[in-house]
Amino acid sequence: MKLIKSVVRPNKVDDVRDALEKINVPGMTVTEVRGHGRQKGHTAIYRGKEYNVSLLPKVEIEVVVQDAIVDDVIKAIITAARTGEIGDGRVFVLPAEHSYNIRTGEKDV
Amino acid sequence: MAWMKTVCNVLIRPKPLMRSLLLGVALAILGAVVVRPSLQAQAATPPAALNDPTGATTGTAKDVTVKDAANPTLPEVMETVGHNKIAINFVWVLMTGFLVMFMQAGFAMVETGFTRAKNVAHTMSMNFLIYPIGMLGYWICGFAMHMGGVGAVAALGGTAPLNHEFTIQLFGHPFGLFGLKGFFLSGDTYDVGVFALFLFQMVFMDTAGTIPTGAMAERWKLTAFIVFGFFMSMFAYPLYANWVWGGGWLAMLGQNFGLGHGHVDFAGSSVVHMVGGVAALAGAIVIGPRIGKYDKQGNPVAMPGHHIPMAIAGTFILCFGWFGFNPGSTLAGTDLRIAVVAVNTMLAGAAGAMTAMIYVWLKFGKPDPSMLANGMLAGLVAITAPCAFVTSVSAVIIGGIAGIIVVVAVLFIERTMKIDDPVGAVAVHGVNGLWGILALGLFADGTYGDGWNGVPGTVRGLFYGDAGQFFAEAIGGLTCFVFIFVSFFIFFKIVEMTMGNRVSAEAELEGLDMPEMGAMGYPDFVMTPGPGESHPDYVPRA
Repeated sequence: MKLIKSVVRPNKVDDVRDALEKINVPGMTVTEVRGHGRQKGHTAIYRGKEYNVSLLPKVEIEVVVQDAIVDDVIKAIITAARTGEIGDGRVFVLPAEHSYNIRTGEKDV
Repeated sequence: MAWMKTVCNVLIRPKPLMRSLLLGVALAILGAVVVRPSLQAQAATPPAALNDPTGATTGTAKDVTVKDAANPTLPEVMETVGHNKIAINFVWVLMTGFLVMFMQAGFAMVETGFTRAKNVAHTMSMNFLIYPIGMLGYWICGFAMHMGGVGAVAALGGTAPLNHEFTIQLFGHPFGLFGLKGFFLSGDTYDVGVFALFLFQMVFMDTAGTIPTGAMAERWKLTAFIVFGFFMSMFAYPLYANWVWGGGWLAMLGQNFGLGHGHVDFAGSSVVHMVGGVAALAGAIVIGPRIGKYDKQGNPVAMPGHHIPMAIAGTFILCFGWFGFNPGSTLAGTDLRIAVVAVNTMLAGAAGAMTAMIYVWLKFGKPDPSMLANGMLAGLVAITAPCAFVTSVSAVIIGGIAGIIVVVAVLFIERTMKIDDPVGAVAVHGVNGLWGILALGLFADGTYGDGWNGVPGTVRGLFYGDAGQFFAEAIGGLTCFVFIFVSFFIFFKIVEMTMGNRVSAEAELEGLDMPEMGAMGYPDFVMTPGPGESHPDYVPRA
């Protein structure tokens, strides 16, 4: 089982969700986050003075999936979230040990 | 039997909801029984009067009070006409006063929108508190000092009790300094005309009072601000306003020294806006810039306002309120010049917004929304003095120039003078207030203002042949700057030495909402630091 955390553009969240739905990923958790990568944000202008917006708003999507479909999920996320421009985001894959269903208390297999 | 038990339960031990339902039904039945007979009784006698859906027959000769309807006398008719004329003026003055009162909401939103999220409860509260503080201070003595010697205001039926101006003799001429009637609106100033005038003048004073809260926002101690509110409403504003509007010495420059009609300021470019803007300048200098506003080299750092939609909505509320501010200043709905005043006002605001947009766009590559708002307000401030005296072409020119001036002034104040004014209050109100009265001295076209300040003939500016009028405006502007700047500089210095103007650095970095107000403006949001916040390079001003 793997935890796949992807940090994507806010306007790509729906595309990623649709792509994951198509390959039957059952659920996801979405968090509004801020961050920067190599580009270190961008500049804006306020009352004639430029300033650096260093931490840009992004959305983090977390899904936990079986090892067998990890590659499909990563491929789906990258295809859906990509624009080709700087700032498309990252995908991280972490091992997930267990997962429990809170309603039933059952351990997922 | 179970169902019977339920019914009994409902009737004997009703639950609260059931109880109120039962009570409601009982009342409805009772009401129907009692009311029905009286309804039937009314229906028996049909209404005698005919309705008037077009409005053509409502308000006729029978509404004029006469002793003998068959033989109305001219004095009786004149009585009603006179009463109606003054009544129209009263409604006009009160309605436009209500519009100006609502400008407080506009100021609150513009200033709060241009400041940071961690200070919103504090900035809003200052803009809120100036209303009660200013009103009480003005009621105690501000109004008396301002208008106590204005004499009879004919448009309000003659406010006869306001008849005591404190005057000294200089150069062989009387110099009116302040009024002395109307303290607490008591004694013989318990008069409808005086009360109408009080409402209208009070909301103008409050506009001046709320301007410095923008320039000193995000660092001003609330207690110091409260003291400021009383100083402004009780002494500083009433004195200058008396000199221009209360029959004081600036108004008399025409009669005494032949300078046009004296210092003419139709709705308050100098009396309201310049007073507020210059007080804001003195305050911003004494209190110093926000932490992080200037880096070690002294270069300004952008501190973006947290809510542009709020600021733009506030700008429109101000723009709407200005239809009270300027047209209301005729003090007469029967003076049909109000149409010219209203149109000139809206034109100048539009011109200011457009020129500011074009100038900022060319200079920085984008039309900054905060500068659009400042541009429109600058046009409105500038037209406030001349609105009744100029053509529509002049109004567009005056507003258009104001839109450029405000951008240049914002940059000059921030970058060259190194004075931190988060919302541009000094540039909008101070600098363009001055431009407004000078513009009157240049563009007044001689179609209006016959007998203004007791000088026969209409008001003409320099471009229409009266250089004296321009000098009177310049003297009024100079007096405003010197008197208001000096008195507020001293005032803020005294506050600095006694109670302090500024919150602690810790409070400022944390945001003023909790330390000063005890409540967050946005408790449900995580604040992320913006540029300039908790700036390591901050050097306090010497």
